[in-house]
Amino acid sequence: MSMYIIVVGGGNVGVQLTKRLIARGHEVLMLEKDSRQAQKLGNLLGEKHLMHGDGCDILTQKEAGFKRADIVVSVTGEDEDNLICCQLAKEVWNVNRVVARVNDPAHEAVFREIGIDDTVSATGIIYSLIDQQIASDELIPVGHLHKGHVEIVESILSERSHLIGKAVRDIPLPQGSFIVYLFRDGNGMQVNGDTEFRPDDMIVAMVPTARAEELRTVFTDVNS
Amino acid sequence: MKVVILGCGRSGASLALQLASMNHSVTVIDRNPESLRRLGKTYPCRIILGNGLDLDTLEKAEVKGCDVFFAMTRGDNTNLMAAQIVKRNFSVERVAVKVADPLRAEAYRKLGLFTINAAALLAGMCRDWLLGEEFKPIDTYNVDGVEVEL
Repeated sequence: MSMYIIVVGGGNVGVQLTKRLIARGHEVLMLEKDSRQAQKLGNLLGEKHLMHGDGCDILTQKEAGFKRADIVVSVTGEDEDNLICCQLAKEVWNVNRVVARVNDPAHEAVFREIGIDDTVSATGIIYSLIDQQIASDELIPVGHLHKGHVEIVESILSERSHLIGKAVRDIPLPQGSFIVYLFRDGNGMQVNGDTEFRPDDMIVAMVPTARAEELRTVFTDVNS
Repeated sequence: MKVVILGCGRSGASLALQLASMNHSVTVIDRNPESLRRLGKTYPCRIILGNGLDLDTLEKAEVKGCDVFFAMTRGDNTNLMAAQIVKRNFSVERVAVKVADPLRAEAYRKLGLFTINAAALLAGMCRDWLLGEEFKPIDTYNVDGVEVEL
């Protein structure tokens, strides 16, 4: 379904976003308040996709057609501009969906409090990427048994894991360590020597604490 | 009264000086040290250097517990955002916001902020002076002459 999307702020983020939305077949209008930048972007994106004006100015908003916009996205480098733009879009023009870029992570709570629920922050995105990296292929300790002599670890296998497609018996596990549980497609499974791993498998292993480091190497080292 | 003023431009500084001379406790926030010269050589008020949208700066200015907060920078959006932060996060009830754009001032007045639009105020007062009418409460001047069909 094609939508009318208004993007406020012609910086890097705005331009990349606008290009992709246009390529997807949406009706897209970018608002840029600097006249020289606006002219440049008009040549780049096509005149019909660009309007020179302040996205927080109500008359400009009227002219840009905020009233019929399905989504307004404000991605300038200034949090105050993004907030006010989205707030006016919601309150004055009843735009259903507004998305604001938040530059200062401390402002995310402020935006939410004021009712701008959809925020994107560079910090947040980078954090979630790091978070995913940690979640894939790393061994995460989840508990200890027998006064700490035995460690229980879990790992979620990514597509890149060298264990993908290998059978358990072909994996050189350290002595005394066992893969005891596999969670795949919403079901728990028993693991035996024939079990082959697939991406997104969550596995639980038990390992003598003294050998946990060896097991970690088996999971993360591509050359093992 | 404990007063916090964000923005030490002409209007902010002059408000600070007037209130300080009446022995109110005044704190001024501005990110530019240059602006503070408007307060004269002996500062009659407490100065906090920093960005008024920064929660730490507002805390340092002891906004929580102040009687009134004025957002007086030259940036409408800065003022509107700061005012909402101060109202919501610091529970200040009396918050006045300078807004240069009459339409934005009116939109936010409808959303419950006490906005002051200098242009509408000046025009309305000139008109009342000319017609020999009494001056009215500040916020009523915002509405005058500002009707846009949305």
